[in-house]
Amino acid sequence: MIDQIIFYTLAFIIVAMSLMVILARNAVRSALYLISALLGFAALYIRLQAELLAGVQILVYVGGIMVLFLFVIMLVSVRTMEHQARQTRQWKAAVVIALGVAAELIYLIVRGGSIFVTKQPPDALLTKSQNTQVVGEALYSTYLLPFEIASVLLLVAMIGAVVLAKKKI
Amino acid sequence: MNILVNYVVIPLVKIVVIVAILSGGIAYLTLMERKVIARLQHRLGPMRVGWHGILQPIADGLKFIIKEDIIPIKADRFVFTIAPGISLVPAFIVFSVIPFGPPDSLWGTGGYVTDVNIALLFAVAVSSVGVLGVILGGWASNSKYPLLGALRSSAQMVSYEVAMGFGIIGVLLVANSLSLVEIVEKQRSMGVWFFFVQPIAFLIYYFCGMAETNRLPFDLPEAETELVGGFHTEYSGFRFSLFFIAEYANMITVSSLAVTLFFGGWLRPFSSVAALSFLDIIPPPLWFVIKVLIFLYIFIWVRGTLPRFRFDQLMRIGWKVFLPVAMANVMVTGAILLKFL
Repeated sequence: MIDQIIFYTLAFIIVAMSLMVILARNAVRSALYLISALLGFAALYIRLQAELLAGVQILVYVGGIMVLFLFVIMLVSVRTMEHQARQTRQWKAAVVIALGVAAELIYLIVRGGSIFVTKQPPDALLTKSQNTQVVGEALYSTYLLPFEIASVLLLVAMIGAVVLAKKKI
Repeated sequence: MNILVNYVVIPLVKIVVIVAILSGGIAYLTLMERKVIARLQHRLGPMRVGWHGILQPIADGLKFIIKEDIIPIKADRFVFTIAPGISLVPAFIVFSVIPFGPPDSLWGTGGYVTDVNIALLFAVAVSSVGVLGVILGGWASNSKYPLLGALRSSAQMVSYEVAMGFGIIGVLLVANSLSLVEIVEKQRSMGVWFFFVQPIAFLIYYFCGMAETNRLPFDLPEAETELVGGFHTEYSGFRFSLFFIAEYANMITVSSLAVTLFFGGWLRPFSSVAALSFLDIIPPPLWFVIKVLIFLYIFIWVRGTLPRFRFDQLMRIGWKVFLPVAMANVMVTGAILLKFL
């Protein structure tokens, strides 16, 4: 009972904040709402006993990435953006994508949760101090290849950004 | 009933006590700062209000409250209003995981509000949220000096947080846990403070902590001499004091974490030497406070001694000195642990 109240409260906050991200006219306010939504996600992770993920979520997204977001937004003149037209030429494509996603979601809700195969992790994995260790071991054993590919991808993106931004190196 | 007492009443009482002590501590930390700086500069400091200025913090607080709260006409009112809160709240939340005494103290409830398994990560993550208040406050003022301060603050924070994280990983490798209580217990069972095991990690942590609290020599977001007041130029009255309180709370946070991670938290010096057990006459929380006070003194001492870095120097030190050294420290520590343990 309490569990469900917590879940629905958090879900409501996250959905409301996510909506405000795209509805707010001012980019900095959008960033503020995004921060609130991300904090809501962190709370959801704690409820799922994924404390490490919650901590990393706050550290990386709220404390790191959002600071960079704000840094970029502040360099752009926000006041002029407020007066720009709300709809751009991309709205037709956006409608198609949104309808597609909505159809998928409705299908899933109608079919019920039975299509998802949930694998219950053994209880040993959920004991108190193991959280960090389990994630670390999984990353460096079972999922080593995806993990390394992701890191190489990030490195490529970083070098690409430097090359694109700086004409003379 | 038992659940209610254990998970609601006891933590609530502890939170109230900690917030009260912290608020009083912050008030008198400002007096300590003014007195120490005054001694460093051969002055007397505040002398008028009470004996040797002992009531000065109360007078200052009253002044902040009765001063007019000005919001610039072109400011973004909503963001301008909440920014000091964004800066202040995380600074206080961190103390929910910092242990002041051993787990069996305080009638068995433990000398901390809560002991979570990711306490260290939580403390670092939450204290990194505070900078958003500085950035948003600077932006919302809609004026050039605060904006420059906000830009500097975000660049500085991103640069130093990475090095700080790597510095802490050194401790993590030795302690094998993210729980702050377990980290202190480990220092007791090993019989040595982690400062002597990880001196480089400590220096990196402490310097990066100084940068994160915007204290001299890293106070470029404020930089009175070039940016008037930096991010808080347009703030006045009570809202200004909230930024101020957050800065001092962050100083106490950094000092507390430094003590917990590197100087044995609540442990007395040489906790494994039985011959020194007469030192136990001072209770563990008091040892903790004494150690924290030493680090706060160093904060003030450094402020009174060193000039401010130039911005390019700041970036160079962060990226080209602290980060590589911290990474090398992690690699060497890891290699030694693998080889010998």
